[in-house]
Amino acid sequence: MITLENVSHEWEDFSLKNVSFSVNKGEHFVILGPTAAGKTLILETIAGFYVPRKGKILLNGKNITQIPPEKRNIGFVYQDYSLFPHMNVKENVAFGLKMQKLPKREIETKVQSIMDSMGITYLQDRLPSTLSGGEQQRVALARSLVIDPDILLLDEPLSALDPRTRESLREELKRIHEVRNTTTIHVTHDQDEALALADRIGVIMDGELVQVDTPYMVFNEPVTEEIATFVGVENVLKGKIISNEEGVVVVETGNYQIRALSNLKEGEVNVFIRPENIILSKVRLESSARNSISGKISKVNQFGATFRIYMDNGLSALVTKHAIEELGLNVGKTVYASFKATAIHLIKT
Amino acid sequence: MMVKKALRGAKRHRLSLIFLFVGSLLILFTILTLFNMIFRQLVLEPEGLLEAAADPVVIESIVLTLYCSFLATLIAAILGTPLAYVLARHDFPGKTIVESVIDVPIIIPHSVAGIALYALFMSRSPVGEAFSNIGIIFEDSMWGIVVAMLFVSAPFYVNAAREGFQTINPRLERVARTLGASQWKSFYKITLPLAVRHLFSGAIMAWARGISEFGAVIMIAFYPMIAPVLIFYRFTTHGLQGSQPIAVLLILICIGVFILLRTSAKYWEKKK
Repeated sequence: MITLENVSHEWEDFSLKNVSFSVNKGEHFVILGPTAAGKTLILETIAGFYVPRKGKILLNGKNITQIPPEKRNIGFVYQDYSLFPHMNVKENVAFGLKMQKLPKREIETKVQSIMDSMGITYLQDRLPSTLSGGEQQRVALARSLVIDPDILLLDEPLSALDPRTRESLREELKRIHEVRNTTTIHVTHDQDEALALADRIGVIMDGELVQVDTPYMVFNEPVTEEIATFVGVENVLKGKIISNEEGVVVVETGNYQIRALSNLKEGEVNVFIRPENIILSKVRLESSARNSISGKISKVNQFGATFRIYMDNGLSALVTKHAIEELGLNVGKTVYASFKATAIHLIKT
Repeated sequence: MMVKKALRGAKRHRLSLIFLFVGSLLILFTILTLFNMIFRQLVLEPEGLLEAAADPVVIESIVLTLYCSFLATLIAAILGTPLAYVLARHDFPGKTIVESVIDVPIIIPHSVAGIALYALFMSRSPVGEAFSNIGIIFEDSMWGIVVAMLFVSAPFYVNAAREGFQTINPRLERVARTLGASQWKSFYKITLPLAVRHLFSGAIMAWARGISEFGAVIMIAFYPMIAPVLIFYRFTTHGLQGSQPIAVLLILICIGVFILLRTSAKYWEKKK
């Protein structure tokens, strides 16, 4: 478990302001924020490259604020992977164990086993410059995991990859986390990545941690308008695909079913629906929209010029003041939320 | 038809062609100067060259030159590598001043450098006296030659080394730290091996610069004669006839050594 307490630090053109959060053992914590929000600097501070001007960092209850990086046992994977260009894959992976001066045989066994599990054994004699982005990323992960770190820090681990590789590595990260259960802090600006991997999300803006919450809460109930704008104000529902007929899937969310378009065949998914794509009506609509779900209004929040109407079915819609007055959209009223199958975005969890 | 096409091509690249022509004059100037001397000696008066090669005074002075410059380069590398690393990695107030100081020996006249070195290291000066207590004398000695060469050649090493260190992403060192390497280990295992090519070529530059030094050296150590001083001495006493063979011999040996070093460095890199 790692805890940051009121960490503040100033760099030339950026500062961290009173950042506090805790990541539990085995948790995958995602720090989500726009590009250049100082996300890498937080990780570098946790790793020990900067001693914060104010505040404390505790690792398993021990104050490590002043301890140098090499004594922290924290793994780090940079966005550009930062493989040692003069060493081959195997030497890269073995580096941390050599620093620990382990017996040769033990190093050999450990390196072999992690390379096998990451599927990079066949690359062992290659130099980093000859590897693809995805391969480099696997090597970088293996190199940081082989020392069995207390914390794994991932700096935008997927953003430099092409979409297809990104997808497969996202699955890989998930699998690694399930198998090894390494406490992970992962920074990204990518919402899909955050949703797919995070147990909890911390949203950072301008060097301040503005919301720490479950993915569901961050996306459904962002605490500020800024966060809402950044995350795109989404409805996120958890569900399970129960059928797929020629690309039209039915997702069971527990209380109701949603029809969406996707080539996913089965499994657990996150369902995204933008609130501005939801139409509210007093009676069930007979229209081309494939989904029409009833719910009781539980909350009405103003968001700039629009209002966000929350319903007890887990959905929220964005409407104008005019619509509220005309339809009488007040708390307690039952309405129908309608949206097209094409307005839904599914992400596998 | 072909001519027309060529002409049209020439028109399209007019700027580059004119620049190429003007630029080639400069190259020609260098080649002509050296080639003229080497050619005349090798082809027209080969016996003079052989005579010089058989002269123990000449050979001794060439060996002395190469050796003193090697020592100067070694000192520059030992003291200059840490300096170059600090300059590449850190920003601090006054950094520009430090960098300018490093470059000063390149811009001041070398006879001036020689006078300054003499004033500091002569036996009557406090510094010269302190060194003479531990048995190192600079006036008219090998150590005088070495300090003069060090003064003029160190900037070449430091600048090359700094540029080398700058090409290495500090993230590599940071990752090494997270993997348990101390600052020393990460420098030794990551930074140094990655910079070694730059350090080596900086050392070759510094060494060459040391060999070519004349002005600063004669002020502090006319004797023992390094090759450039011997060439000057023979030129004033025996004219072109007596000095040119030594000059050609020195140039041929230097070119030979440089080619050897470059190719061995390449071979070594490939092997890795």
